[in-house]
Amino acid sequence: MNKVVNNVEEALQGLQDNMTIMLGGFGLCGIPENSIGQMVKLGIKGLTCISNNAGVDNFGLGLLLQEKQIKKMVSSYVGENDEFERQMLSGELEVDLIPQGSLAERCRAGGAGIPAFYTPAGYGTEVAEGKEVREFNGKPHILESALTADFAIVKAWKGDTEGNLIFKATARNFNPMMAMAGKITIAEVEELVPAGELDPNEIHTPGIFVQRIFKGEKFEKRIEQRTVRQKS
Amino acid sequence: MSLDKTGIAKRIAQELRDGWYVNLGIGIPTLVANYIPQGIEVEFQSENGILGMGPFPFDGEEDADLINAGKQTITALKGAAYFDSATSFAMIRGQHVQLTVLGAMEVSQNGDIANWKIPGKMVKGMGGAMDLVASADNIIVAMMHANRAGASKLLKACSLPLTGVNCVRKVVTNLAVMDIKDGKFHLVERAPGVSVEEIVAATEGELVVPENVPEMVLDVVRC
Repeated sequence: MNKVVNNVEEALQGLQDNMTIMLGGFGLCGIPENSIGQMVKLGIKGLTCISNNAGVDNFGLGLLLQEKQIKKMVSSYVGENDEFERQMLSGELEVDLIPQGSLAERCRAGGAGIPAFYTPAGYGTEVAEGKEVREFNGKPHILESALTADFAIVKAWKGDTEGNLIFKATARNFNPMMAMAGKITIAEVEELVPAGELDPNEIHTPGIFVQRIFKGEKFEKRIEQRTVRQKS
Repeated sequence: MSLDKTGIAKRIAQELRDGWYVNLGIGIPTLVANYIPQGIEVEFQSENGILGMGPFPFDGEEDADLINAGKQTITALKGAAYFDSATSFAMIRGQHVQLTVLGAMEVSQNGDIANWKIPGKMVKGMGGAMDLVASADNIIVAMMHANRAGASKLLKACSLPLTGVNCVRKVVTNLAVMDIKDGKFHLVERAPGVSVEEIVAATEGELVVPENVPEMVLDVVRC
């Protein structure tokens, strides 16, 4: 089944104000930067964004924050972003902080038809407030519910016309689970190839989870913390 | 003399054992990778999705797609593996990682840890810390004994929002190595030149002091 759309404009059709959007990536690594750019252009507002991080001030989801397009962030770590902090402390932005592993599993569960699951993460902390606690093997766990989204937007290294995806290195991160959990999943890829060119043994995300795929026009791939050593 | 951050990392490195998979947090814990004792093999997991994390890349060879959980550019060693975030935390929650080393703002005598939030001041989020401390059997906290204001970080009870309860087993600070058991800190070793009295004075929580408290031995070459 051909999932290819021509460009980011077509890919994001139907994305409207007040929707819940999942966006793949960890820090600035593996984020769908073309789609984020288009969301800024479209000026869609009131968004609930589920993403492990919130970008930096002038890149990634930080661009949507600057335009005040995000109503609520669901994340595990939101440091490195002054505008985020300002909006959160002033109450303009709702924030739901979730342990990283629980966030990943809640997305996976959402895509896998598992409505909720127990995890030890967050027991005894404010994350557990209002959640059911149950002991398994003598250890307390809390009940966490699945997450889904109107749109999931992921970024892959290679994709084919069927929507099969291969990610590169640690740019995989949240992308596969979010691809599963979107009612409509959009994949932006660096290389888009005809069906048959990717080895089926090496597919990370099978095309069944992807509704639209397009080749991103430009990937800046900004590095958040450039750490190097010198050749001695 | 109390230890600097490097000293704390060196002492924690002595806790590494052959064949372990290890998750190192941001800050002092990251330095532990520089002092793996000779003759043992450990593999580092970074929760954003790599096993077999290597050193920083050479200048000019950095890859935006290859970072650690601190968002720093890294390299992958021979035999490394990449995986998604759900798989990564399956490794952690499923107790396939033998040791977690992380920093803390406060640790209590029953092993509670606070390291993610200062109400009204700092709200960056917990990242993977809550999953790590809730699941790992072997958690070592690396931190300074006192905070910047000079107050003890080893407390009867944490005052900051908790990251996890009853989970820390060992704390290595600039002054001492302490185990946590039976709801108390137990002094195990003191930093070179640091007296037991200094450690007692710097510890707000209940501290059990054995008759003999050996001084740490750093820079041992093991074969």
